[in-house]
Amino acid sequence: MIKSLVAIFLAAILTENYILNKFLGICPFLGVSKKLDTATGMSIAVTFVMVISTAVTWPIYTYVLEPHGLAYLQTIVFILIIAALVQFIEIVLKKYIPSLYNALGVYLPLITTNCAVLGVTMLVIEKGQSDPGFGYIQSLVNAFGSGIGFLVAMVIFAGIRERIEHNDIPKSLQGLPITLVAASLTAVSFLGFQGLVEGMLG
Amino acid sequence: MKKTAWQEFSKGIIKENPVLRLVLGTCATLALSTSASNAIGMGLATTFVLICSNAVISLLRKVIPDKVRIPCYITLIAGFVTIVQMIIKAYLPSLNDALGIYLPLIVVNCIILGRAEMFANKHSVLPSVLDALGMGVGFTTALLAMGIIRELLGAGTVFGFPITAGFIDPIIIFLLPPGGFFVFGMLIALANKLAENKGQKPAELGCQGCPLAASCSKLAENKKECAEK
Repeated sequence: MIKSLVAIFLAAILTENYILNKFLGICPFLGVSKKLDTATGMSIAVTFVMVISTAVTWPIYTYVLEPHGLAYLQTIVFILIIAALVQFIEIVLKKYIPSLYNALGVYLPLITTNCAVLGVTMLVIEKGQSDPGFGYIQSLVNAFGSGIGFLVAMVIFAGIRERIEHNDIPKSLQGLPITLVAASLTAVSFLGFQGLVEGMLG
Repeated sequence: MKKTAWQEFSKGIIKENPVLRLVLGTCATLALSTSASNAIGMGLATTFVLICSNAVISLLRKVIPDKVRIPCYITLIAGFVTIVQMIIKAYLPSLNDALGIYLPLIVVNCIILGRAEMFANKHSVLPSVLDALGMGVGFTTALLAMGIIRELLGAGTVFGFPITAGFIDPIIIFLLPPGGFFVFGMLIALANKLAENKGQKPAELGCQGCPLAASCSKLAENKKECAEK
């Protein structure tokens, strides 16, 4: 049990990295990764929302939508739950934990339409359908691992970008194109993890 | 200055191409450009949602209260995405498998929310539909260009027909995620070069295209960046 959870966690970080392997959450990856501290803040907020949304959407899908034949409403229901949750978290943090709100609050409104969050809630449902052993706990671990994977990719990339800033880059490649080429090389390095988790714990 | 119908339509294709100039919808562009046919499927699905949502949002622009407009838009868009999902599932099951999770994720494609926020809630129905049509064609064209390049280099085929078989071996990495980032970077560099010749600024992932610019202005440094543009 523990072993399989560790495998799910590591796979979510390394082999199924949301940014570099699934192309989810590219906007914050390119937009907010200029500085290390904003990159970290954004990814922690994303991880937080990913886990909480999965914790809410999974039971709603499994116990409300699915038994009543409403699975086709998944997209609408999930996006509304995520939007409401983000608002709710923002209000609660502002009222009760102002220090955390000051650190993460600014990123929360941006997360509502982040495809990584909607993606993780839908992918765990999909995984559960193809593998009956993939239940609630596994889904939560997968969501947490995906968030950490997001953090790892963002932090690595923020470091790379701070280096690129001061380099001599051909004029038409400056700005976005060179960032994408750097992202491509980072993705190559993550390809190297393919099969690692199965080999280690399989 | 009032734009003619043709200008409304054509600006989305080259001058304000959503993918290469405004840098919107990058997730879908990178993920689904592995083959030309996937690119067309995704492009058409997104165009359909874009036209419907722009039309309805511009019809309702005086009804929807300003404060809750984003949740309203998202709900409307999610409704249209569900329709597209059901149609594709029923008539094109193979496309449904190829698009997978990215089909429902059209909801959070920034092109759609971006056009609703920037255009449809300020204009009447006809210009909004033309704008959506132009943006949709621009998105599909950019996606198709990437799809053809990646499929040709990565698998040696275009739309499944072998082209380079026999004299160039397929370079599989172009079908993998790194190839997506690389080809996209090169296309943006090319678009920047062409835009520069016309005296336009290079593409940037900035606030002008982001549908949430209004709510993220709280980000202090972001605000400063936005003010500069």
